[in-house]
Amino acid sequence: MNKIGLVIGREYFTRVKKKSFLVTTILVPLVIIGFYAAIIAITINGGSDKQSFAVIDEANLFNGSIETKNKSISFHFIQNSSEKDFVGKYKDSGYSAFLYIPPFNLEKPEQFVLHSQSTVSLTTTNSIERIINKAIEDKRLVAQGIDPKKYEAIAADVSLRNTIDTKEGGKQSMAGVAYAVSFACGILIYMMMIIYGTQVMRGVTEEKTNRIAEVIVSSVKPFELMMGKIIGIGAVGLTQFAIWIILMIMMQFALPLIFPDMLSQVNNAASNPESASMVTNIAQGLSSLPVTKIVLAFIFYFIGGYLTYASMFAAIGSVVSEDQNEAQQLVFPVLMPIILGFVIMMQAINEPNSNLAIFGSLFPLTSPIVMMGRITYEIPVWQMAVSMILLVGCFFLFTWLTGKIYRTGILMYGKKPGWKEMMKWAFRKS
Amino acid sequence: MNVLELQNIKKYFATQKAVDDISMTIGQGNIFGLLGPNGAGKTTLLRMITGIFYPDSGQILFDGKKFNALDDARNIGYMPEERGLYKKMKIGEQALYLARLKGLSRSEAMDSIKKWFVKLEMESWWNKNVEDLSKGMSQKLQFVTTVLHKPKLIILDEPFSGLDPVNANLIKDEIFNLAKNGSTIIFSTHRMEQVEEICNHIVLVNKGKKILDGTVHEVKQRYKDNVYQLGATVLPEHLMTHIFEIVKHEPGRLLLKLQEGTTSNDVLKYFINQGIVIHSFHEVLPSLNDIFIKLVEGTSNARAFQNV
Repeated sequence: MNKIGLVIGREYFTRVKKKSFLVTTILVPLVIIGFYAAIIAITINGGSDKQSFAVIDEANLFNGSIETKNKSISFHFIQNSSEKDFVGKYKDSGYSAFLYIPPFNLEKPEQFVLHSQSTVSLTTTNSIERIINKAIEDKRLVAQGIDPKKYEAIAADVSLRNTIDTKEGGKQSMAGVAYAVSFACGILIYMMMIIYGTQVMRGVTEEKTNRIAEVIVSSVKPFELMMGKIIGIGAVGLTQFAIWIILMIMMQFALPLIFPDMLSQVNNAASNPESASMVTNIAQGLSSLPVTKIVLAFIFYFIGGYLTYASMFAAIGSVVSEDQNEAQQLVFPVLMPIILGFVIMMQAINEPNSNLAIFGSLFPLTSPIVMMGRITYEIPVWQMAVSMILLVGCFFLFTWLTGKIYRTGILMYGKKPGWKEMMKWAFRKS
Repeated sequence: MNVLELQNIKKYFATQKAVDDISMTIGQGNIFGLLGPNGAGKTTLLRMITGIFYPDSGQILFDGKKFNALDDARNIGYMPEERGLYKKMKIGEQALYLARLKGLSRSEAMDSIKKWFVKLEMESWWNKNVEDLSKGMSQKLQFVTTVLHKPKLIILDEPFSGLDPVNANLIKDEIFNLAKNGSTIIFSTHRMEQVEEICNHIVLVNKGKKILDGTVHEVKQRYKDNVYQLGATVLPEHLMTHIFEIVKHEPGRLLLKLQEGTTSNDVLKYFINQGIVIHSFHEVLPSLNDIFIKLVEGTSNARAFQNV
């Protein structure tokens, strides 16, 4: 056991001391922060990209003016011109698009056209459609003898609040936050498996092709060498994630200090009340989640998933030689369930209790990722227990089998063994 | 006392009998040559002695006790034929790591590393990476990491390949020193002139079987052809005799092979009676190289072996 510690120490420190570790550890949060900054910048400057539309209103639907809350769109009415004449001119007159409203039948409104040089975005089309619908509705109300102002007073606009009842009392749910938490946890586990799994594989192949494996296994058991490598690299991954999380928390506090007026700007820019209370909504949404359960489950599946796959990656690394193409072929069947797990997770976030989601969160090769998709919802205790037991069992089984493949593979040179050959090694007695 | 004793060791792989019933004993302080053509089973045998493989049957005794790979790892140093070191690891750290894997404490390991680095003039390497070293330099480093923990049994698979004569001599002297201080050395190689120079006991394996075992002197005696070399000032062109046959006839030098039942004295008598003035006469023992080729030739593996 003392020797496993030495192996872990070597795997850990040689990687952590590398310059590339420092670079990725610092660059990744910077990229993420840059991404945030870009989003904020877009939110703030969203209004700068003004679009002006020309309108020929032959039906006189709008009475010469359109009121809109959206400040990035403006409408200009063109008098004494026909659709045919103006189609060739609107661009030169500085309009990005041209809305033509022909005389129409109030019972059956149709033939409205929006001319443009390139496809108009869906949001813009939708908001113009809404404006036209509203105008037509008003006209119809008047035709029925109803005052549109009175109708507006009558119309109801209810927003539904979802409250989750727990023993501690009602909490407000926020589907978006739950979704984001699930997604982030799933992505992290997915990344851990693939990035650090392939690192284990490369490390093993390196030891094999450098022929150092032979020197080492004359002093340590091959299994200790394999586990030492897996644990050491796993610890590197945990360190990296921990640094990222700490950096991000620090940034959250530091940003308002560095740019004091940024937040207020964001709030000003978001003129409608929905996004103004976004921050409070997120906080509320987070507090509605079973945080302890999520954190514990995340750590369990994070480590369990990594360990289960790392041993497979180690076995693959032990059977290939320098040729990276060989590795590619063997890695594919191992990557399949990981990717499958990710796909099922995306579905499980929306349908946490579908049969597929339940199966995916129990099946040990996909459960670490899929379970994250369901984690913000109530999961029956038996499902959680079965999933965890299966994962642990799978880890032991796989490590035992792959350990045998590893032990044989690491000292074999020359031809790459096939799956059949590897299975033979795995199930051999001694 | 025997450091290592192999009793009827067998190791079969799917396609071949890599080691097929080999027994041998190696006494303490010996420099033991393990010879054989490529694919004879040497590496498999060595891997069983280092505990990397388990024999299918048979027993290995180390220091008189049943060999246990984990406990005895500390007493064995193994330098495989294909050298291996971590390329991107500092040399000092690497030596320390390998020594500690053998069971040395940090301070013991440091002392030993310093001693060896000074001895082989490697002090300045400590903070270099292995990838910065030339092939010969990394060979030296590999040798040092093999003997750092003062093992009782040192196994060297082709230790001189890639070393220049100066460094090869340096390592050779260290090997003699280690043997003098009580370490036993197993030396596996194809290079027969090195074996003659260094080893005092040899075993030849071919196709998984032991075909020769003995001290270098014994082996040479056993395989000698009764060939003698005679030097004389003037030698007659034609020598008619039934007591020897001529192997080679050069001016002033004669290589002759005794016939069955004759002795070297008969030869001398013959020449003296002829009135020829002899100034040298000695037996020519076969070189290990000749013996090796003679024993291995004709088997299917012989072609794979390169005569050095």
